[in-house]
Amino acid sequence: MKRLAMLLALLAASPVAAVMPDEMLPDAAQESRARAISKDLRCVVCQNQSIDDSDAPLARDLRVLVREQIAAGKSDAEVRDYVVARYGNFVLLKPPVEGDTLLLWLGPFAVLLLGGIGIAFWQRRRPTSTQDAAPLSAAERAELDRLAGSDN
Amino acid sequence: MKRLLFILPILVFAGLAAFLGFGLTQDPKELPSQLIDRPLPEFALPGIVEGGPGLASASFRGEPRLLNVWASWCAACPQEHPVLERIAKEGFPVYGIAWKDKPEDSRAFLARYGDPYSGMGSDFPGRTAIDLGVTGAPETFVVDKKGRVRFKQIGPISPEIWEQQIKPLMQQLRAEA
Repeated sequence: MKRLAMLLALLAASPVAAVMPDEMLPDAAQESRARAISKDLRCVVCQNQSIDDSDAPLARDLRVLVREQIAAGKSDAEVRDYVVARYGNFVLLKPPVEGDTLLLWLGPFAVLLLGGIGIAFWQRRRPTSTQDAAPLSAAERAELDRLAGSDN
Repeated sequence: MKRLLFILPILVFAGLAAFLGFGLTQDPKELPSQLIDRPLPEFALPGIVEGGPGLASASFRGEPRLLNVWASWCAACPQEHPVLERIAKEGFPVYGIAWKDKPEDSRAFLARYGDPYSGMGSDFPGRTAIDLGVTGAPETFVVDKKGRVRFKQIGPISPEIWEQQIKPLMQQLRAEA
């Protein structure tokens, strides 16, 4: 029972964001937009966290900046462009499909395609059934008997 | 043909190993600057001495300058400091932005290590650093005569980087019209 309660408590716990109460916008709708944008922006110090997850001081500055821009009436796209203009596409955790990100987007499909071609080759080269093999000629049969050392 | 198919996996492996091996030599912390060949973002910062002179982007005109983003809390900055002093001694102007640093801490750092800077601005809120695309300290920008950013050094300037990369660039920028 105790164990079950502990498990349930663990399940109920959710990942904690780094957003501090004093950073939040008073308007709930604006705050949820800010959260959504922050989740897509990479923390340039820690790199594999979003600024929404990161405790780095620079991430905090960027969260505050995102909220300022939203409060000033900017659209989500404008806020994102503002940050990208300063740090480049790398800050977007989901980079746009562009010339220099094509390899990133198409690479996995290319590998899948190559694998598929490989399997197709392998399947074609494998004999489909043993019946396709021609029956042994009399000479082959005699040679086989000799090698097997049988006397019938 | 059969021979080729046989060595294909080896070729693919070699290609992948070379690609990933190259990846290991790249430092993911070094983001390419968005500012190269673009004008220095506008800023007008207060100084680190109350009532003293600050630093504004408008003053980056007429001669090539270095703009060094540093902080007293930055671990690599004391290591870079002698190089900055040498650069200043060689006659190349170095300007500084103290990033997310209390002015009194910045002053204490300069009192302890010496002050090679021709001008200093304090960016305690960190907003100018974001406009500059700074990801950490120290970072140094090379700004040309027209106020455009031409080069960004991420991390401390070593004597080698100064001799081999930045100094030749500064000399070239001085010669530019």
